[in-house]
Amino acid sequence: MSSEETNGFNPTIIGFYCRWCTHAAADLAGTSRIPVSANVIGIRVPCSGRVDPSFIYDAFTKGADGVFIGGCHYGDCHYEDGNYSAFKRTKMLQKVIKEFGIEPERVRIEWISASEANKYKKTLDEFTETIRELGPLNWDKHLQERDYEKSV
Amino acid sequence: MSEEKPKIAFYWAASCGCCEIAILDLDEAVLDVAAKADIVFWPVAIDTKYKDIEAMPDNGIDVTFFNGGIRNSEAVHLAKLLRKKSKFLVSFGTCAHCGGVPALANLKTKDQILERVYKTTPSTVNPEEIYPQTSFKVDEGEITLPELLDGVYPLDNVVPVDYYLPGCPPPKKWILAGVTAFLTGELPPKGSIIAEEFALCKECPREKPEKHSIKEFKRTWEVMNIDFEKCLLDQGIICLGPATRAGCEARCITTNYPCRGCMGPAPGIIDMGAKMVSVLGSILEEKDETKMEQIIDEIPDLAGTFYEFTAGKSVFLRRKN
Repeated sequence: MSSEETNGFNPTIIGFYCRWCTHAAADLAGTSRIPVSANVIGIRVPCSGRVDPSFIYDAFTKGADGVFIGGCHYGDCHYEDGNYSAFKRTKMLQKVIKEFGIEPERVRIEWISASEANKYKKTLDEFTETIRELGPLNWDKHLQERDYEKSV
Repeated sequence: MSEEKPKIAFYWAASCGCCEIAILDLDEAVLDVAAKADIVFWPVAIDTKYKDIEAMPDNGIDVTFFNGGIRNSEAVHLAKLLRKKSKFLVSFGTCAHCGGVPALANLKTKDQILERVYKTTPSTVNPEEIYPQTSFKVDEGEITLPELLDGVYPLDNVVPVDYYLPGCPPPKKWILAGVTAFLTGELPPKGSIIAEEFALCKECPREKPEKHSIKEFKRTWEVMNIDFEKCLLDQGIICLGPATRAGCEARCITTNYPCRGCMGPAPGIIDMGAKMVSVLGSILEEKDETKMEQIIDEIPDLAGTFYEFTAGKSVFLRRKN
């Protein structure tokens, strides 16, 4: 990633990849030599349904600017309905984090099958751009700034 | 026990006062406590001044029961003062433990709250935009007010806490268990939460199926023929039981009101909202994408429901902007 196009801000994005699809797509993108956004740190999970919302909370409070979840297309889930749960959780989570002043766009869920290396690249590049436009989240710093430490 | 009676103090910060009533609700047991201990500080019931506490030696109070969250600089001062003067500091009630209902204000910033209260509420007339000040000069001298903090904080954020008595208010049996432990000297390990060590569903008497499945979420008044025996989640009512610590004997649920999480997060749960999102995500049956979105959009005030009592303990803590 060249530094002139980053506008001084290089977002940190955590990606949770289902091992049956998106992780394989990432692998395919790698072996096909497709350049993909270097801002995304991928974590392999057994299923997109394994991504507990507290993982996403953890990512944000430890300095991530965005969280991406990659799962299988509907009907393709290795565990039948893990991706449905992941979708419902993400939609609810987006509503909850909005109340804390976190833009819902900072969490994105997408279905990427094992053969869709190009979709993987396109989605992650797009998402990195979205986060770059939103700017840094800095929730770790926000948690440290507490009024009671100043007073008395 | 020595010939001198143990000294007990009670204090309230950002709370509604029901924790004090819970103490009086111990009925005749409160007389036993009063007979065995001296109450040295209790602003709601006896006339003592802050300077009386300041004059006491460090560790001069045996136990302080502190209820209410930390909302302003006065509460910060008292929390630090009482910590210094007490051998044991007990976080009493949900507000001191998790922020409680006042901590719902953490879903708004301090400026948003002040603007709403002093400017934009329909009943407010404030053309000069007068906001509360921390100090004001009058002929007689300067008068001061405590400063509002940027959020509501649980007591243990500000000072170390020895024991927790959760609940809104804490159930009688756990207050008695706690007080008895102090009077007899058989204390649990420090940092203990004096309640059960499992989630509320285990204690709840309602029938729960092997696998829950719900088609839509309903508000309590939308369920006309409520089933007294069946799990409330299965009837479409959002109940925080799966994420809440047990110990209240399902006192709301037995009266057909869903759990709102006053006992705080169950063991192993770091955030009520995150866990409830996880729970509801797995039991909602719908599999059509647009319908899923529609059902979720129709739930009113998700964050307010999930964090009704525990916003102060949430991982995100308070709104940013």
